[in-house]
Amino acid sequence: MRIKNTILFSLISTFFLIFLISIWKILATLQGLSINSFNIEIILIFGFLISLAHLGIGDRIKSIYKSIIFSSIFVFCDGYLIQKLPIWYNVGVFLILYFFTNKISKYTFIGLKEEHSTQVILFDFLTLFGILFFSFVILFPFYMMLVTSFKTQIALLVNPLDFSINFSQDIKDLFKSYFVIFKSYKFGKYIVISTIVSVGTVIVTLLFAIPAAYAVARLNFFGKTFLSTSILIIYMFPAIVLVIPLYTIFSQLGLRNSIEGLLIVYTATTLPVAIYMLQGYFKSIPKELEEAAILDKLSWFGIITKIIIPLSIPAISSVALYVFMIAWNEFLFSLMFLDNPNSFTLSRAIQYLSGDAETPRQYLMAGSVVVTLPVLFIFVYFEKYLVSGLTAGSVKG
Amino acid sequence: MNDTLTNTEKKTAYILTLPAVLLVFSIILFPIFANIWISFKEVELKDIRIPEPRAKKIVKSISDEPTKIKILYKLRNSSLIQEIRDVSFQDNFPKNFEIENLDPRCSFKKYNLKCEFGNWPAKYRENFQVIFATNDGSKIDKKNLKSIKPKLDGKSDNILLNTNFTLKNFKKVLFENEFIDLLLTTFYYTFFGTVGSIVFGILTAQMVNQKFYGRTFMRSVLLFPYVAPVVALAYTWELLLDPNSGTLNSLLLNYQIIETPINLLGQKYIEISILGFDFKLRLALTTVIMFEIWRYFPLAFLFILARLQAIPKELYEAADVDGASPFQKFFNITLPQITAVISILFMIRFIWNFNKFEDVFLLTGGASGTRTLPINVYQQGFAISDIGMGSAVSIVIVVLLLMFMFFYFKLLGKRVDEN
Repeated sequence: MRIKNTILFSLISTFFLIFLISIWKILATLQGLSINSFNIEIILIFGFLISLAHLGIGDRIKSIYKSIIFSSIFVFCDGYLIQKLPIWYNVGVFLILYFFTNKISKYTFIGLKEEHSTQVILFDFLTLFGILFFSFVILFPFYMMLVTSFKTQIALLVNPLDFSINFSQDIKDLFKSYFVIFKSYKFGKYIVISTIVSVGTVIVTLLFAIPAAYAVARLNFFGKTFLSTSILIIYMFPAIVLVIPLYTIFSQLGLRNSIEGLLIVYTATTLPVAIYMLQGYFKSIPKELEEAAILDKLSWFGIITKIIIPLSIPAISSVALYVFMIAWNEFLFSLMFLDNPNSFTLSRAIQYLSGDAETPRQYLMAGSVVVTLPVLFIFVYFEKYLVSGLTAGSVKG
Repeated sequence: MNDTLTNTEKKTAYILTLPAVLLVFSIILFPIFANIWISFKEVELKDIRIPEPRAKKIVKSISDEPTKIKILYKLRNSSLIQEIRDVSFQDNFPKNFEIENLDPRCSFKKYNLKCEFGNWPAKYRENFQVIFATNDGSKIDKKNLKSIKPKLDGKSDNILLNTNFTLKNFKKVLFENEFIDLLLTTFYYTFFGTVGSIVFGILTAQMVNQKFYGRTFMRSVLLFPYVAPVVALAYTWELLLDPNSGTLNSLLLNYQIIETPINLLGQKYIEISILGFDFKLRLALTTVIMFEIWRYFPLAFLFILARLQAIPKELYEAADVDGASPFQKFFNITLPQITAVISILFMIRFIWNFNKFEDVFLLTGGASGTRTLPINVYQQGFAISDIGMGSAVSIVIVVLLLMFMFFYFKLLGKRVDEN
């Protein structure tokens, strides 16, 4: 039992080590280093030996010294195998090994005797593996988007794996793609249009949604349950089904290629979720406040502006942020309704840019960075508001 | 007293909800009915533009005669296919103008030129010319004349409003155009995308529910694909997967994992042999599904995480006392607690994936076996310009969705009864 557990433990931890080193090698390769093999067999042997040695030595050496010794041996052997690599690569390997040996330092021979110990180990390493794997898988495209925007077409053709950024060059050369998209492709204008459309949608949606949500939350009227269920059903309804009729109607009314047209559609599509989120919050406001206001002969307008709105600033701002994000990211309707480059939103402009096969990829990526940054910034900055709202309403997508 | 109060309450409620209801009604519900109407019609993209009578005004001075002026109106019917009936024309002139050559179709009263041009067939063009002179001998200001725009009016049939209906569109959609293949592709895309995103959602939620350093940061990172604009993400993926110099292929070639680049988004099938069985995998479709899972598992993650955090800790403590293994705890405590969330998620994601257009459109444009029903709506309506067909496909989508929801709720209802 003990031997089996020892071997299993060593194998699991070794696989984890292989994964760590492989990711590091991929990242190093993308900095232009020529690494042509993962050397999995060698790491397998080394990792296995390290895990066994760790168990064997146990508490006889302080764990810090143990980690440093193991890491140094590994780095030395690794550096001997793949020669001519810069020092930062080896430092990285050292740190990974240090991290790894620290992680395995809590497992001991005695611990391995316990019931379910292999499952516990597997679970622990799967969690660790998962965290790193998902971080890598998610952040990698964003990272590539960013670094590609700083490269030039020729550099990418010469070595498609070299994404190192040369910071010593002139700022103008470094940000060349950004200068180009703003100068030649009018991205400044598209940012303005996207901002107007998104902020406009937020304002109009709130203007419509706050009174409606208040009525649904507080007042009794015929058709109330019908209204609140239809809000949810409409929310589920597919946008692609609306495209053709709206296109024909908008063409005949001359609303295509206009900001107003987009505003109307965006407002209508975001209204259900806005009402749904707001009414939930309004219900949580104590009724006594409004009763006092009614005694003071405040009209519904007064109640909403003087009591409800000041009390629900957090909910309103989270709805506003959501609606902004939906409108900013929206693509389908802007593709259908806008065909004049003078009225493009950012998303539509990038799609238009990609339609030309000649467009260098770094311009496309610079545009993508420009459209992505505001959203990610808002998201990270207001994360607390947004996450609670996300689970309540869930942004359509 | 009470009655009047409830009456005012009702009134207020209607006033407060009316704007929102009207807007949603006109932009979402009305188009759905309009869709049904259009789907029974033979309409093409070029038919939906209403034919307009148009006039381009050109002002020409006549040499040697500064008090006279020639005005040329280039008249035309904007439509290439439809006629315009009873075209009327109006233009205003300064008060000292007198007309020299009055067309029999026109009248000139109170410095206003009015003409009745009758019917204009499709593609109709005419150069209509009038000469004016000032009655007081003063010079004519050309700019001023140009700035006054003529008004034209006419009646035409709106092809959308007539009552000629046909079943042709539905026949075409359902019996031609490889409808079964389209349906299967859509189903694969929806089903595997939904299941994949839920599975990854469970894994990540389980992961983040544990305590570790940088947990809140991890939670934000996991939501990045969901909140970032689809356009940026789709093009980034396209560059990563590009067969010629894409990063993924370059990496795989560099590490000698593959010998020739794989066109992950442009190849319909790839032959794979597992345990001696050869089978064909729909490569581009699989890639598109991977993108979909990557982009939407955060929603599942968030829902499931919220549920996991609400599970009482005592359950796990009791299990620890009983000596349960981590996997036993997961399958016997965690999983039963999250089935309700999973079934809701399955429905939401299934419906939304079924209608997903942007992702596939941006990645492959519906090529190499990734044509789903929503892509077909676009292709029929805008690439082939057959609005009627596009509408018919959307109606098929709606009907399939309603069927799905019906069976889903029936199944769910039964389950609830059993419990």
